[in-house]
Formats: sequence, structure tokens, C-alpha cells
Amino acid sequence: MARIVGGIACSHVPAIGAALDKGTSTNPYWAPYFSGTTPAREWLASLKPDVAILIYNDHANALSLQMIPTFLLGTAAQFPVADEGFGPRPVPSVLGHPKLAWHLAENLILDEFDMTIANEMPVDHGLTVPLSVTCGQVPQWPFKVIPLCVNVIQYPPPTGVRCFKLGQAIRRAVEDFPDDLRVVVYGTGGMSHQLQGERAGFVNREFDTMFLDGMVNDPQKLTQLSHTQYMRESGSEGIEMVMWLAMRGALGDKVREAYRFYHVPTSNTASGLLCLEPT
Amino acid sequence: MAAPRDYEDIPGTYVYDAERGRVGYHLNMFCMSLNDPENRRAFKANEAAYLDRFPLTAEQKQAVLKRDWLGMLQVGGNIYYTIKIAFCDGLTFQDVAGMMCNMPKDEYGKMMLAGGRIPTPENLRKRGENR
Repeated sequence: MARIVGGIACSHVPAIGAALDKGTSTNPYWAPYFSGTTPAREWLASLKPDVAILIYNDHANALSLQMIPTFLLGTAAQFPVADEGFGPRPVPSVLGHPKLAWHLAENLILDEFDMTIANEMPVDHGLTVPLSVTCGQVPQWPFKVIPLCVNVIQYPPPTGVRCFKLGQAIRRAVEDFPDDLRVVVYGTGGMSHQLQGERAGFVNREFDTMFLDGMVNDPQKLTQLSHTQYMRESGSEGIEMVMWLAMRGALGDKVREAYRFYHVPTSNTASGLLCLEPT
Repeated sequence: MAAPRDYEDIPGTYVYDAERGRVGYHLNMFCMSLNDPENRRAFKANEAAYLDRFPLTAEQKQAVLKRDWLGMLQVGGNIYYTIKIAFCDGLTFQDVAGMMCNMPKDEYGKMMLAGGRIPTPENLRKRGENR
């Protein structure tokens, strides 16, 4: 039987990927971020995952406004790295796990989550930056990855409570999979940030601390945050944190906090990294 | 039931909702076209002519030609799309963020290094509003 052995919440700021790709990760601006994320790499390696279900959003790369699926699951055997307008990131292409992905698609749809299925799809920094942060610069990613893409670009994204319930359904589906697999779940994006308008650069450390604590001890409380509360208190793009709740829903009621790191700034953004183990 | 729009009073924030999606679709799809290197070359060669390929309003075209980053948001631009024009110009996200809030680049960078734009009663909600 497959089982979920860990959950990772991780920001996916493109500048983090660029710092690794351009070799500036040890300069004074980036060194504190990358030294702070190192323990997460060690922790993840120790879990020896076979597959990651990586919950993220696309940024006008695989998808456009032409069609906007709320939840999209990648069932391909391989996902190429997207050209986001300045060439693809120099990272390995992402290998999928079609058998588990199709199992998830079937089970989630029959569990009343109307997933869109993607048989071919490039993946952008939303997916590759969290992999880089938690796996480092590697010739091949150390596990298979099932992309689960959530719309947070066209308002409204799915609600926090809906995302949390999706995570719970993911857990049920994983535990129903016959093969013996160790699965980790990523929730990406956040933390507080605003990329647009006269309020660009907004960062709310108090909100982020509350959110990190809630992810560990009281996710039900976080599911009650309204979209307007996210946008007002964590910045218009902070609303991405609904994706963290999908990860948290997949871990079950109680978790152990294995590692936490919070850093400002990464470009325009407050970055968070949280490593959780189901108990 | 109409969706609540109780986010409209968040200062300096342009939520890409149904209202903006309705007017901004073609503007944003123009931006999306710049993912293709061939299109980036055509746009750079003659910006006005390239924009004529898309059914944009006069206001939208002007905002693009003038690189009025804030103005683009006000006529239906979505930041994840309009930023592609900036990448085409060789600008960074932080350059554009500074321009949208009318701050010199180094001042904006210093604000971020010092912890970002911290919450205040004024930037969390309209002045005088009670929660």
C-alpha cells in the first residue's frame, strides 16, 4: 500500500531558481536563504520518497486565460520544463508516475473532485523551484513527480476549505493504491506577497507566523480564512497559500513539525518552508 | 447570489476578477504571445503594428506603448501576463514593482531588504474604515 510520509510547504519565487541557475546562491543576498533551506533537503532525503504529488500553480506558461481549470492533474510519464519567455530553466525534466496519477484522477473524480486531466504539459517555476529548493542541483530529480496545478491566477481560486478537502481525498486515494510507495506532498506558493499595484512589496510577518503555526496545530482554523482576508492581510498574491492547505489536508489530523524556515526578502516575497510528518 | 467584492477597498490592489477578466482577456493574451521568441522579435520591431493584431482598446494599446505598468492593471491587465512585456524589455519583476508604486529602484530594493512594505492601518484598509 502507498502511504504519505511527509508534507512540504515551500514558496516558489522564480528568483530563487534564477539564483541557483546563475550561480549567485552564495552571494550575500541569497546565502541566508539557501543556508536556511539546507536542513529541509537533508530531511527530505532521509524520507526516501518514491513519488511527490506537487501542488502548485502555473504562471501563464502551460496554461493561459484561454482555458482555466481549477484543479488539473498531470498524468504524463514526462513533463518538459517550460520556456517562460527567457528560455527554460537548466534543470532536469520531470518524470511523472502515470499509474499513480491515473489512480488519483479516477479516485478524486469519483470522490466528487472534478479534476482536469493533462496528458501533455510543460511545468514552470511554480513546480521546479520547490524541487530545486528541496533537492538541490541534481542531474536527475530523486523521485517521480505528479503535478497538481491549481488556478490562483483568475479570481476566484478554490476556497481554502475546498483545497483542504482535496488534500483529504488525495490521502484516501493514495492509501487505496496497491503498490508499496513512499509519497510526499508539496503545497507551494506564498507566503505573504503582493506583486502588483501601489501596494507591491507588501509583507505581513505576523500573518505568516500565524499561518505557519496553524499549518502545524490548527489547519481547520486556517480553512476559515476568506479570500478577501488572504488578499488584504497577506497581499493579493498571498492567496496562493490555499495550496498549502491542500498539502496539509493530505497529512491527516496530527503532524510533527520537522523543520521550519522563514525569510524576507526573496525578491518581492516573504518565503516560508515547512516540513511536516504525519503522526 | 452575487459573489462578494469586499476586496475592492484593499488599497493599491487590482484583483483579477470576473470584471477585469471580461475587459482584459485580449490584452493578457497579447502578453502571453510574447512567450514565443518570434513574436518577441515582431513586437520589438514595430510595437504598434504588432498590437494591431489583437482586438485591444485604444487605452490598452497606449498603456502598453507607454509602459504604464499601473495603467495596464487598470485596463484589465493581469500582472502574471503584463510582466511578460517587462521580461521582453529586459526588466525584472522588482523593477516593475517599484515603478507601479512610484518608488525609485534602490528605494524599493531597500524597503524589501528591511522586511518589505509592512502592514499599517492605511495599507490594510481604507482610511477611517472600521473592521
